[in-house]
Amino acid sequence: MEERKLMRGNEVIAEAAIRAGCQCYFAYPITPQAELLEHMAKNMPRLGRTFVQAESELGAINMVYGAAAAGVRAMTSSSSPGISLKQEGISYIAGANLPAVIVNMMRGGPGLGDIAPAQGDYFQATKGGGHGDYHMIVLAPSTVPEAGELTMLAFDLADKYRTPVMILADGMLGQMMEPVALPDPIDPASLPKKEWALTGAKGRDPNIILSFDLDPEVLKRMNLELQRKYHDIEQNELRYEEYQTDDADIVIAAYGTVARIAKTVVRMARADGIKLGLFRPITLWPFPYDKLRTVADRVDTILTVEMSAGQMWEDVRLAVAERAHTPFYGEMGGVVTTPNKILSEVKKYAG
Amino acid sequence: MERSVIIAGFGGQGVILAGKILAQAGMEHGLEVTWLPSYGPEMRGGTANCTVVLSDAPVGSPIVDAPTDLIAMNLPSLDKFEPIVLPDGTIVANKSLIDRPVQRSDVHAHFVDVHPLAEQAGSARAINMVALGAYVKATGIVPIDVVKRAMADMLTAGGKEKFIAMNEKALDAGYNAI
Repeated sequence: MEERKLMRGNEVIAEAAIRAGCQCYFAYPITPQAELLEHMAKNMPRLGRTFVQAESELGAINMVYGAAAAGVRAMTSSSSPGISLKQEGISYIAGANLPAVIVNMMRGGPGLGDIAPAQGDYFQATKGGGHGDYHMIVLAPSTVPEAGELTMLAFDLADKYRTPVMILADGMLGQMMEPVALPDPIDPASLPKKEWALTGAKGRDPNIILSFDLDPEVLKRMNLELQRKYHDIEQNELRYEEYQTDDADIVIAAYGTVARIAKTVVRMARADGIKLGLFRPITLWPFPYDKLRTVADRVDTILTVEMSAGQMWEDVRLAVAERAHTPFYGEMGGVVTTPNKILSEVKKYAG
Repeated sequence: MERSVIIAGFGGQGVILAGKILAQAGMEHGLEVTWLPSYGPEMRGGTANCTVVLSDAPVGSPIVDAPTDLIAMNLPSLDKFEPIVLPDGTIVANKSLIDRPVQRSDVHAHFVDVHPLAEQAGSARAINMVALGAYVKATGIVPIDVVKRAMADMLTAGGKEKFIAMNEKALDAGYNAI
């Protein structure tokens, strides 16, 4: 561990990727994640690694596909409209069982939207986005240090399960600064060898990496394999945080930046005598349904707060299954919610 | 202990940098800090602001709708943020550009003539450091020496060591104006 340094979220994700042994980074610029690309542009060539500003988002994600197939750690990053353009490639990467890390610093949508922070891409990230029966692991940091930790974790999970992993954050986390002590870089040579990678077949049988088979029975078996993998991920990789839920009457369900704003609201509400807690999913896929259900059994109300029209809210209601009231409060279009706005929502359901 | 300050002014008045230096100083003083810029279209001309939270516990919300403090470098910033400062909070206002008093009677208001003080320190561009020096004196949030060191660290990292001495003078000028 190094000394604490004041760093932007975007820089921390880039630097954490480098320390996780990311060998290839491909991207096309977009606000509000430009500093991530800039940090990679500055540092990857210096380290003898590959940085390419691609001709488009489609180019970038397909370069990731190629690099991942060749067995190296690869990453791309963008913000909402750019991530939409990458969906075809993400589906191919998932279908081909390849590890890759994709960063989405969400901004206001739909369409071109604006450049302010938003959480309107939850459905896209957790329910597909591209075509076919696939999932990717979706990690949602709520602080700048956590963005670094989860980025390093993303590369490990991607390799472990040979699957795309998304870091889903918003422009506020990308732009803000916080003290961070990053872990030491890993030695890329220490990583397990990828026997499946396309490294040249001299002296061995060729490896084949495809997301394609015209025989429906074969493709069905490929799909069943994927589903088995997703089941394993659901069993092993759930991550969440509970904050002051033990004695709570009301619990806020929120992720990312909104969750840390809600932590302040918990303190404010408790100063007012309202027993408020926070449930924060860290993995958005897999979603911690069972954990949230046990919370719902103890409380009256689970208030979902998002910077969207209510996307994670659907998973919250699926988990809670009418064991508690499940109201929703959201802001959209890049309007950021604030502690007092959330507190006044909480007060509607208190006592 | 938790303090939150909105630093606001015209683009070019150095409010973003003043916030970064305050955040860096807070960190070097052992506090938890967050620094959040306004990065929207307003950054491209017009007004700019940033929010710094300094706390002895992990910071929750980096966005603040009721700050303990305000540094207002121009009148639109005072108009916009004066009403939301918490009672007993501190407002440092740029006397050189603001020709009205603070209307609140439940806050500690300090008007500082930042422009002549910055010029005396060596550069009109150092108004942000004058205001920051005044803020640090008014609140006691971090020792001025730590702010000076944070400023020097940041300028050194940016290859701008030659401005350190002038900015130290500007910080002192603001500090001594309270």
